[in-house]
Amino acid sequence: MLHDLFFDYTLRTVALGSGLLGLVSGALGTFAVLRRQSLLGDTVSHTALPGIALAFLVTGTKTPLLFLLGAALAGWLGTLLVMGVTRTTRLKSDSAFGIVLSVFFGFGLVLLTFIQKQPNSRQAGLEKFLFGQATALLAGDVLVMAVVGSLLLLTVVIFFKEFKLAAFDHDYGVSLGFPMRAIDILLTSTLVVAVVLGLQTVGVVLMSALIVAPPAAARQWTDRLGRMIWLAAAFGAAAGIAGAVISSTTSRLPTGPVIVLCASGLVLISLAFAPNRGLLWRWARQLRNRRRLMVDAVLLDLLELADQHGDPRHPHRLETLQAMSLRPSSVTGTLADLNARGWVRAEGADGWILTPEGGREARRRREALGGRP
Amino acid sequence: MVAEASDWAVDVNDLTVAYREKPVLWDIDLQVPSGVLMAIVGPNGAGKTTMIKAILNLVSPTAGRVHVFGKPYAQQRRLVAYVPQRGSVDWDFPTHVLDVVMMGRYGALGWTRRPGRREREQAMEAIRKVGMEDFVTRQISQLSGGQQQRVFLARALVQDAQVYLMDEPFQGVDAKTERAIIELLQELRSAGKTVLVVHHDLQTVPEYFDWVTLLNVRRIASGPVDEVFTEENLRTAYGGRVPFESHRKVEEA
Repeated sequence: MLHDLFFDYTLRTVALGSGLLGLVSGALGTFAVLRRQSLLGDTVSHTALPGIALAFLVTGTKTPLLFLLGAALAGWLGTLLVMGVTRTTRLKSDSAFGIVLSVFFGFGLVLLTFIQKQPNSRQAGLEKFLFGQATALLAGDVLVMAVVGSLLLLTVVIFFKEFKLAAFDHDYGVSLGFPMRAIDILLTSTLVVAVVLGLQTVGVVLMSALIVAPPAAARQWTDRLGRMIWLAAAFGAAAGIAGAVISSTTSRLPTGPVIVLCASGLVLISLAFAPNRGLLWRWARQLRNRRRLMVDAVLLDLLELADQHGDPRHPHRLETLQAMSLRPSSVTGTLADLNARGWVRAEGADGWILTPEGGREARRRREALGGRP
Repeated sequence: MVAEASDWAVDVNDLTVAYREKPVLWDIDLQVPSGVLMAIVGPNGAGKTTMIKAILNLVSPTAGRVHVFGKPYAQQRRLVAYVPQRGSVDWDFPTHVLDVVMMGRYGALGWTRRPGRREREQAMEAIRKVGMEDFVTRQISQLSGGQQQRVFLARALVQDAQVYLMDEPFQGVDAKTERAIIELLQELRSAGKTVLVVHHDLQTVPEYFDWVTLLNVRRIASGPVDEVFTEENLRTAYGGRVPFESHRKVEEA
């Protein structure tokens, strides 16, 4: 399989193209995700469909570059429309995204059906934009992706500071004197171009997953914007290459959906295992906290008993401690913990007492919690 | 006190803002002299935040103009620093305290130039001023409300402005932080800066501020606290339901 990746021309082209696509869309998707505009990718890709159909109807040819131009124009128009609708009406942005998306996509499907009903057969192949056809990628397509993708990444590097401001605190940016609306449009335009780049490979329906999934996975691993962008780019590239390779192993396994599945897998792994933000970590932290609280509680209970009894060397029964505890079932385990630290020891049949060291520790903790020393 | 127009730090004329047909601010005239610490008070929905945003041209007014030190605001942006409401941003954004504070230098840096060592030092100085030096690289969601507020304050401080517009800097802040913030604002005033603060707690107005504007869609009154912060004006602004025993406080003042 690895051998094929380097020596099989088709697979190499497809893997390179998909990897580039994942890299670019991951990096640019970061801003869309942080601005809570995950629907933006969806809107751009769906609104691009009528652009592709119209490009074919007007010119009557199937030049890929013309398709991309039509797609970009329609996608851009759609996003501007969303911005306009949110600004001038009471509609919230999610409704605006939804409306524009479905109107354009519906129109695109109507055009597509109309084209397919035409008597000549030149229309064949337009429907590949719905789900993408990565295997049709040619070296020339990959070159276009590489050039355009580099320009997009360069834009992010140059305007990193302005884009960060737009994503974090738009109004503050205005107050600093930056033309934030222009920055918004530039930022959105880079995303439009990235989406259009992917239409041929992944298709309008699934392209938005490549915009959203890599950044969502990357956010789990870092708290810095710069690192998040690089990580999202790396995740996107990995998903693209892995998807291309996996789909090549089985005939008739479509590349685009496999790429999206790979990206989703990365999201799942990140959600579960990433340090600090991952579910597993949070679960472990909760468990640790609970154990620490139980240690405090049992220690203080024993101190309380010793104080009441007047004799620190009088043993207290497990049942007494369980009756005092909010989590009786954990008392035995906690006593074992305390015993291991040398703060309590067993005395008699089933009695427990604080060691002198444990007594000091208990008093220290009670004071720290605001009780008497 | 008779002053030339250019003496006013902030000079607002005939400012009207309407969302659809409903006016939020109606024909506001406001002259703020240089070097005062001014509270903007009024009931909920009085247009306090809208006024700050209209001064900054963040909402477009239906009518009116704003001058800062005698020139239109658009020409004087550099002189004005803004502290937005804490709730206006996503605190889970992947960034840390120093990074946010350095944003205060972005305007001076201009297009595409990245913050460097000098900006870092200026930001560190502001962070020390607000007492956040132990949290420099802390992710901003890991801060308490008061700490987040102090980060916003530090970000405005590094702008080194002449006029500060602050939208509820005491919201969600504990008593100790509130004292620290008000001391900082009073320091700014001593340094000759002009500070406008949207404020909610009428009790503390006479203690904290020397100038006050009462607002309820219209400007009810504006001037020195001991002249303007009267029971009558409060009653006009709050529609007769003054949310504290104003007479006691006013007599004190």
